[in-house]
Amino acid sequence: MKLQIERLLFAYDGGGPVLRDIHLEALPGEVTVIIGPNASGKSTLLKCVAGMLKPRGAIRLDGKETSGFKKDEITQWVSYLPQEKSSRAVLTVFEAVLLGRIQSLSWRVGKEDLAPALEVLEGLGIERLASRFLDELSGGQKQMVSIAQALVRQSRVLLLDEPLSGLDLRHELEILDLLREITVQRRITTVIALHDLNLAARYADKVVILKDGDVFALGEPEAVLTSQTIGAVYGVNCKVAADDGVLQITPLSSIRSKFGNCSEGNNRKMDGTVGN
Amino acid sequence: MVTQAEELYQQITGRKYAIVVSLAIAVVLMLFVDMAVGPAWLSITEILLAIWAPDSVWPATSVIVWNLRLPIALMAVVVGASLAIAGAEMQTILDNPLASPYTLGISAAAGFGAALALVLGVGIIPYGEHFIVPINAFFFAMLTCLLIYAIARKAKLSAETMVLAGIAILFLFQSATALLQYIASEQQLQAVVFWLFGNLFRTTWLKLAISTTILIVTVPVLAKDAWKLTALRLGDEKAKSLGINVERLRLKVFIWVSILTGAAVCFVGTIGFIGLAGPHIARMLVGEDQRFFLPTSALAGAVLLSAASAVSKLAIPGAILPIGIVTSFIGVPFFVSLMFKRRIGYW
Repeated sequence: MKLQIERLLFAYDGGGPVLRDIHLEALPGEVTVIIGPNASGKSTLLKCVAGMLKPRGAIRLDGKETSGFKKDEITQWVSYLPQEKSSRAVLTVFEAVLLGRIQSLSWRVGKEDLAPALEVLEGLGIERLASRFLDELSGGQKQMVSIAQALVRQSRVLLLDEPLSGLDLRHELEILDLLREITVQRRITTVIALHDLNLAARYADKVVILKDGDVFALGEPEAVLTSQTIGAVYGVNCKVAADDGVLQITPLSSIRSKFGNCSEGNNRKMDGTVGN
Repeated sequence: MVTQAEELYQQITGRKYAIVVSLAIAVVLMLFVDMAVGPAWLSITEILLAIWAPDSVWPATSVIVWNLRLPIALMAVVVGASLAIAGAEMQTILDNPLASPYTLGISAAAGFGAALALVLGVGIIPYGEHFIVPINAFFFAMLTCLLIYAIARKAKLSAETMVLAGIAILFLFQSATALLQYIASEQQLQAVVFWLFGNLFRTTWLKLAISTTILIVTVPVLAKDAWKLTALRLGDEKAKSLGINVERLRLKVFIWVSILTGAAVCFVGTIGFIGLAGPHIARMLVGEDQRFFLPTSALAGAVLLSAASAVSKLAIPGAILPIGIVTSFIGVPFFVSLMFKRRIGYW
C-alpha cells in the first residue's frame, strides 16, 4: 500500500507548528526510516499517519485520502507502535499480543486470532514468554511484546516509533532483520522512526531526515547520510565511510558544545560551582 | 500451529474459568450462610423449604426468610457485585489502583444527599416521602460524577485529572456533611451517622429490584467493551493506536459505573472497602483480561459483602453491627494475605 504525504502541517493546541509542509512517499516492500534530532516531529508525523492526530494537508493510502476514513478503517490498514511507556497491565504476553487483533476479537477467541498470535511470538523468538505476565518481563522483552502486537495485525502499513528502545544489540539486529524480511515478503510499507544513524543506514531503503518539523533531506541512505547533512541537522562533526557497501557513521564532536575546549568547563569543581 | 495456539490459550484461560466457577459457588454458599445466621438461626433445609414451599414451614420462618433474610442477603450480593464492578472499571479507566466509588467522592456525595434529607428535610424530588433519602443520595452521587467529568473535561479527560477532581470533591462533600452533622439535632445526627455507617437492613423488595435491574443492565454494556477496556490498561497511546476512541470509552464507562454506584449506595449507605478490594482480589486471581476480571470482581465483591453481612449478625450476640463497619474487618485480613501470597507489587 503506497503512502503519500503532501503539504502536511500540524500544531498542537496553543503551540507552534510541529510539522511544516511535509512531503514524502513510502512504497510497499520498502523500509523508510525517519531520523532527526529530538523534537524534530518524527513521532508527530507517525501519529498523523496513524490517524491519531488531525493535521492539515493530505495523507493518502493507495491514492485515497485518509481524512475521509473512519478511525477503524485506518486501523484496519495501518498498524502503529507508539514509543514504549511502562504499562502496569496484569496480562500474560499471549493476551497482550492478542490485543493487537482487537478489531477482530470477540468474546470467544477463535483460531483465526490465536494462530497469528503464536506465529508472531515464534517469529520473534519469544514464544517461551507466552504465559508470563508482562510485569515479570525486562524492558527489552516488553518492547518485543509491543512489536509483536504491531505485527500480529498483519496490516498493509507498519509505523514503528523507536521500536528498538530498551533492546540489546543482538535483538536490535534481529528485529530489524525480521522487519525487513516481513516488509519484502508481505509487500508492506514500513516506516520506522529511529535514532541510530548506523542502523538507519544499514536497514533503510529510503531515509527521511526531519529537522524542525520539515523534511531536510530524503533519499537513499548513501545520498542523504553525509557528514554535511548530519552536521547541519544534528550539529555534530562526524566521519562517514563505506565499509563493505554499508555506511559507517562515526560521530567525532559536537559543533555547538564548548565543553571540550572551554576553560569554564575545565575549571568546573566537583560541587558544581565554577572556579576562577 | 493452530492446535498449539489453542492449547496455549486453553492453558491460560482454563484456570480463570475454574476461578470464576469456584467464586460463583462461593457466592451461593455465602448467600445461604447469610440467610441462616441471625437472632433466629435457620437450617439450610428450612430456608429452602421457606423459599420453594412456604406453606410447609412454620409461618414465622416463612416471614423471616421472605421479609428479612432473603431480600437482605440478595441485596448484599447485588450491592457487593455493583460496588466491585464500579471499582474495577474506575481503576481501569482511570489507571489508578486507588480509584473506587468511595475514594472518588461518589459515596461521600451520596452521604451528603442523605444527610441533607435527614437533617434539613430537603428533598430533590418533593414527593415520595419514603424515598427522599435514597433519591437525594442517588442525585448527589450522579451530580458528583458530572462534576468530576466537567472538571476533567477541561483537561481533556485524562485519568489523572479525573482522580484529582474526585479527591477534591470527596473532601468537599465530607466537609459539607460534617457541617450538617454539626447543626443537626441529636436525633438527626444519630440518623445521619447510622446512614453513613452503611446498613442492609433498610432493604425492601422494591429497592432490591431497582439495584438488581441496574446491575443487570450495566453488566452487558461493560462486557461488550471488554476487549477495549483490557486494551486501555496498556496505556492511552497504545489503546488509541489500536483504534479505540479512548475519551469516548472513558466517558461511557464512567457514566455507567456512576449509575451503578448511585443505585448501590443510595439504598444501603456508605460501604467503603468493597469497591477497592473486590477488583484487587480479582486482579490477583485472574489478571486484567476483562472477560474474566469483570465477573471475578463482581463475584469477589458479592462474597465479601455477603460474608460481612453474616458476620455483622454474629459479631455481637443480640446486636447487628452496621455492615459498613464489618466489611473492612472481614476484607482487610483476606486482602492482605492475598497480597503477600501472590504477586506483591503487581500494580
